[in-house]
Amino acid sequence: MALLQVDRLRVEFPARQRTLVAVDDVSLSIDAGEVLGVVGESGAGKSVTGAAIIGLIEPPGRIAGGEIRFAGRRIDCLPDDAKRHIRGREIGSVFQDPLTSLNPLFTVGQQLVETILAHSDRTAADARRHALRLLEEVGIPAPAQRIDAYPHEFSGGMRQRVVIALAICAAPRLIIADEPTTALDVSIQSQIIALLKRLCREHGTAIMLITHDMGVIAETADRVAVMYAGRIVEVGPVRQILRSPNHPYTQGLMESIPRLGSDSAPLAQIDGAMPRLHEIPVGCAFHPRCPDASERCRETRPALRMVADSASVACLLFDDGCADD
Amino acid sequence: MTGAQMTDTPEALIEVRDLAKTFDVSKPGLVRLLEGLPVQALKAVDGVAFSIRRGETFSLVGESGCGKSSVARMVVGLDRPTRGSVVFDGTDLAALRRRADIAPLRRRMQMIFQDPYASLNPRWRVADVVAEPLDAFGLVRSRSDRTEKVAEVLQQVGLSPDDGRKYPHEFSGGQRQRISIARALAANPDFVVCDEPTSALDVSVQAQILNLMKDLQQRFGLTYLFISHDLSVVNHVSSRIGVMYLGRLCEVATAGDLFRHPQHPYSRLLLDTIPDVAMAGRARAPVPGEVPDPIDPPPGCAFHPRCPFANERCLQERPEPARYGHSTVACHAVEEQRIPPFSRSNTGR
Ligand SMILES: Nc1ncnc2c1ncn2[C@@H]1O[C@H](COP(=O)(O)OP(=O)(O)OP(=O)(O)O)[C@@H](O)[C@H]1O
Ligand SMILES: Nc1ncnc2c1ncn2[C@@H]1O[C@H](COP(=O)(O)OP(=O)(O)OP(=O)(O)O)[C@@H](O)[C@H]1O
Ligand code: SF4
Ligand SMILES: [Mg+2]
Ligand SMILES: [Mg+2]
Repeated sequence: MALLQVDRLRVEFPARQRTLVAVDDVSLSIDAGEVLGVVGESGAGKSVTGAAIIGLIEPPGRIAGGEIRFAGRRIDCLPDDAKRHIRGREIGSVFQDPLTSLNPLFTVGQQLVETILAHSDRTAADARRHALRLLEEVGIPAPAQRIDAYPHEFSGGMRQRVVIALAICAAPRLIIADEPTTALDVSIQSQIIALLKRLCREHGTAIMLITHDMGVIAETADRVAVMYAGRIVEVGPVRQILRSPNHPYTQGLMESIPRLGSDSAPLAQIDGAMPRLHEIPVGCAFHPRCPDASERCRETRPALRMVADSASVACLLFDDGCADD
Repeated sequence: MTGAQMTDTPEALIEVRDLAKTFDVSKPGLVRLLEGLPVQALKAVDGVAFSIRRGETFSLVGESGCGKSSVARMVVGLDRPTRGSVVFDGTDLAALRRRADIAPLRRRMQMIFQDPYASLNPRWRVADVVAEPLDAFGLVRSRSDRTEKVAEVLQQVGLSPDDGRKYPHEFSGGQRQRISIARALAANPDFVVCDEPTSALDVSVQAQILNLMKDLQQRFGLTYLFISHDLSVVNHVSSRIGVMYLGRLCEVATAGDLFRHPQHPYSRLLLDTIPDVAMAGRARAPVPGEVPDPIDPPPGCAFHPRCPFANERCLQERPEPARYGHSTVACHAVEEQRIPPFSRSNTGR
């Protein structure tokens, strides 16, 4: 059984004239010890999907359909305090900007100890020892000297590692990491990636890694889900998706990435832009930009279907013609 | 031609000589006096020299805070250097005092920024944004000339003349970057500085903008100074590349040389840490060490705390740039030939 199972998730934001559907019929699963990468253009619905899983959709936004199961238990319709309990203890989160997750008025050690105490029955002294161990584990040099420093006294990469220490201090079984390396330099980025991978390997932590950096996905993820206009268009093992993508959008995306060692010929480009939420076309949401679109693509919305062993794609080119929704 | 000064080529449009910028980052005067703190200076740029030939794309790469934007701002004259000079098409910018002398050069040098939204006035219609250099430099005689020129540049960047009536917020990130490119083009520049022009954009939008920039370069013979921390992008667009570390250039090489035979240990580190789509499933050794504090840089070679080749000399003596083949490198280990040939750890094992 998957650790996290999301089925037909739909998230809506009521707007003045109509309801905007930011996440539309999204299904995905993550096993223990697995890294699921979630990629897609800005506005594709990656963060909203992550926020729905940790129960952080702010009203008037709401989960308007589907189910989220964690370790077999439904978590999308729990009362607020039960959600808060799961968040932090069972599901940790790391966001792009480490400063938003850290309180500037408290030392790093105070914040870690407080979080550890909130999620366990350790003594204060034991919590501090545990905090030191965590700082060491995430690669903060000389943690005994740094533990009483304030967040602003750390570099960006070190702050992000402190945020990861906070996210793992209750030993969560799942971490939602939303663009955890986007604000960091490549050399620091590689340290954070190595750290996340080690958590999976050594603690069996599952990770949902949201990013639009395909290089990071290539190195870190086991499987990858590609989102477009609130929907998952393709999901499968990372090698397969990156090397031989099936969906025309994923194909265009992969070809538009400059590669080392390639010549300087123009990059392949997908013309146009992803539609905004209030103007998502009927049929396949990608059809206005798709080089392979046919008449049917304008009317029929493709469902996500298994195409190879463990890869699925939502495209009518791979549909046997009996789609019913 | 001596040592690092590979700059006196006749086709050079831009020559940067011994450029330096120091910022005073002391606490405010009173606080400093009360707390007895010293004056603190941050050397954002310290002795940078390179030249850019007509029609080429010269790129600066390096980690955040290494001084790329500071160099760019001095090159287009937005900031005054603390030391050194920028020579544009034979004229030393620092020697120009009168506005009337500076304006014609300013027109020929335009800049595109990372955040296309922040650099566009949200209350102006796109047509007025794009016409700003036309008005500022008196490039059009009549209202209809202006409208015509705006329509022309909007079309050149793939927008429609009707888009001129809209406001910047009505456009997507990629379209906004097209608007700032249109504004730069309106001045008919020779030289465009692009400071992280695609860093805020998605890869698919990035491809559109990079292709557009390349196309415009060929059509109008533009010369670019391109800044990015994305090495795959830099590799794609550049003729030559300067690698910066803590305010100094550690290597200047052609794109081909840098990516095939990087010489400086920091260039090698950068190349080794690029997350590459081609390496799905492979492990990459994480790089040890932090980016050092620019206010208190390490003595000797600033890179020595992270460098696997550092020796006694590196801790004390600052390496000066010197020529090796077609490249310029500032490294004792390279000079002493202590560096093994490079092999990208991603491609082999
Ligand atoms: N609170 C909100 N109210 C209204 N619309 C929202 C809200 N939060 C998100 N959206 C919309 O939902 C869509 C999906 O947003 P989301 O933040 O998930 O995108 P994303 O894929 O994470 O993009 P990015 O790469 O830019 O982070 C966007 O169109 C966004 O404008
Ligand atoms: N106006 C300023 N006052 C004080 N310090 C400054 C100022 N502008 C830049 N700096 C400092 O100078 C150094 C170089 O900054 P610069 O913006 O040139 O870096 P960069 O290479 O462009 O970095 P990034 O990739 O983050 O844009 C940094 O340490 C920065 O903090
Ligand atoms: S000069 Fe020394 S420390 Fe600096 S890069 Fe070269 S070998 Fe490394
Ligand atoms: Mg997001
Ligand atoms: Mg900059």
